[in-house]
Amino acid sequence: MSENATRREEILGRIRSSLKVDPDAMDRLEVVADRLEDHKRNLVPERAVGTSAKNVKQFCQMMEAVNGTVEHVKSPSEIPGAISKYLRNHNLPQVIRRGSDPALDKLPWSKARTLQVSVGVARKDDEVSVSRAFAAVAETGTLVMTSGADNPTSLNFLPENHIVVVESGRVAGSYEDAWDVVRAVYGDGEMPRTVNLISGPSRTGDIEQKIELGAHGPRRLHVIVLNRPAGSK
Amino acid sequence: MDSTAHNFKKNAAGALNDAQLQRALAHVPRGFVKKRADAADALPEFERLRDQGRDIKNHVLEHLDIYLEAFEEKVVEAGGYVHWATTAEEARNLVVRLCLDREAETVTKGKSMISEEIGLNAGLEKVGIEPVETDLGEYIIQLRGETPSHLIAPAVHLNKDQIEADFRRVHTELPEERNLHEPASLVHEAREILRDKYLDADVGITGANFLIAETGTSVIVTNEGNGDLTQILPKTHIVIASIEKVVPTLEDASTFVRLLARSATGQEISNYTTFSTGPKRRGDPDGPNEYHVVLLDNGRSSMLGTEFQDMLRCIRCGACLNHCPVYQAVGGHAYGWVYSGPMGSVLTPNLIGVDEAGHLPNASTFCGRCEEVCPMRIPLPRMMRNWREREFEKHLTPFTIRRGLGVWAWFAQRPKLYQRVTALASRLLKWRAGSKGRMKNVPLADGWVKYRDLPAPQGKTFQQMWKERGNV
Repeated sequence: MSENATRREEILGRIRSSLKVDPDAMDRLEVVADRLEDHKRNLVPERAVGTSAKNVKQFCQMMEAVNGTVEHVKSPSEIPGAISKYLRNHNLPQVIRRGSDPALDKLPWSKARTLQVSVGVARKDDEVSVSRAFAAVAETGTLVMTSGADNPTSLNFLPENHIVVVESGRVAGSYEDAWDVVRAVYGDGEMPRTVNLISGPSRTGDIEQKIELGAHGPRRLHVIVLNRPAGSK
Repeated sequence: MDSTAHNFKKNAAGALNDAQLQRALAHVPRGFVKKRADAADALPEFERLRDQGRDIKNHVLEHLDIYLEAFEEKVVEAGGYVHWATTAEEARNLVVRLCLDREAETVTKGKSMISEEIGLNAGLEKVGIEPVETDLGEYIIQLRGETPSHLIAPAVHLNKDQIEADFRRVHTELPEERNLHEPASLVHEAREILRDKYLDADVGITGANFLIAETGTSVIVTNEGNGDLTQILPKTHIVIASIEKVVPTLEDASTFVRLLARSATGQEISNYTTFSTGPKRRGDPDGPNEYHVVLLDNGRSSMLGTEFQDMLRCIRCGACLNHCPVYQAVGGHAYGWVYSGPMGSVLTPNLIGVDEAGHLPNASTFCGRCEEVCPMRIPLPRMMRNWREREFEKHLTPFTIRRGLGVWAWFAQRPKLYQRVTALASRLLKWRAGSKGRMKNVPLADGWVKYRDLPAPQGKTFQQMWKERGNV
């Protein structure tokens, strides 16, 4: 037996002897197997349950309460212009970095003529990144981001400015609603390498409990909500 | 980490006379306590969520062996490795070996109390690897050669002028005349300095707030985003976590997410809650190539089945520290080891022994606020009492206290005599105090009257007055 296996047996054995349980007792195994398979919901707060319109409204309010900014567009074709305007308003260069998400690929980038768009992971000097959210959660104004070439995780953290596009139909009520979508896409018990729940720009209170934005992650987080139903192209 | 818990009394006396520390600690009741109360009020379901959180943890602890095996299976399935460590030393050696094998020169680190518990930074430095703490508070105390004084606010014992002095001392490549007066400028400077460290690091080490058995996922919670840069940029991600961190499902983790930030900082949720499963997948352009989880026991399995099992429900939010009058007065370092406040007073003797840390459970006024605010409803005062009993049984209590208690017990078992002696003592004290009604000196109570006067009894005992009122 390897050293690791020996230590493993030692720890598991000590747990069992402390609990005074039989390692082969089927009932204990079944209880755990059932629980993992059923993954039942615990109490979900009332505020997380609502219609799609209520979810979107609450998501926006909660996001703004944690220093995120939100704007609404009605059509994907408005998005490049909205990004360009946001950069201008914040005195930022017209240069963005994004992943290869097909929905972002399809946007009419050439409509924003000054905007330089490149595709790939975040690099040290990238100032602005654009991502598309996998989902969002109304309960706490939270974006749900999944890793992969479509939306590389480094874009969520390295640049100082992060712009995130989320379709209104993807705004769920609760975390549990979002997990259901993750399971539907990736399979039961499976996860992408990284799932980030993001609620507002980076902050710290480590110096005298005074809140400062932009500790290590983005100083600004801007959400563009695309108001159209889920599933429509 | 070496302990000075046996020196608690001396440490505490030093803390009380430390003006800088006292100034910094004043932020604790004004900040954390109020914010937690507001957050709890803003969620009507909060109390019921606490009940559920407690119940989930109890369920896990009763099935801990099975959940750990399930978690391991899923980590391996996702392409990761699980390493088991029975002691702090084993865990430290394991992590150091992993880093050496990858020829690491620099290691970035997210905030982790287990790292403190196993003395990881010292272990890495010993073999020439540079550990870089990336949480702002941890970075600051690393510059100072200190340990964290709080579970979630490691530099809560410092004021900004102290931090400015440290930055000027260490960041000598920056212009001397720069303005560092405001927290914002300090935060910005740390951000710039650490940026290159993230990109250069060979290994990233994080802790875990939760491990999810259903998916083989480790979860970290941060506000800064430092833990994320730590784990996605280097080639190897090592997670160090203690065995009781495992929870069953994503749904269960969601319940704890609702409880953790509200109890800790009073936020609805921390800025970043990150779920990491295995190494990067085929086609992923970023993320680590390797994913390792080190599971540490270090005495926890022996707490199961004892009166201290409930302590293993702790999710390290820090609410008990924030609300503790003793912690508020002396801060975290006085406790002498990794964990402080009420949770430290209960956990530390379990992990490093009551002989070393027996003083800590005495550092309580038994006001009960820790249990009132604990999201996991851990009966902290009861367990501190359990330690006091054990300390007494093991004859670790000082002779004078043991003798005093013995004398009192002898009297208390003889009610007639007890009544007569207390009646006499009551009259004597009244006579001694004279017209002022209070005393500056009391025999055998020098320590007590050093800081306050003793109000004199009125001359009669409660039982005498009870009788006079016609009750029997």
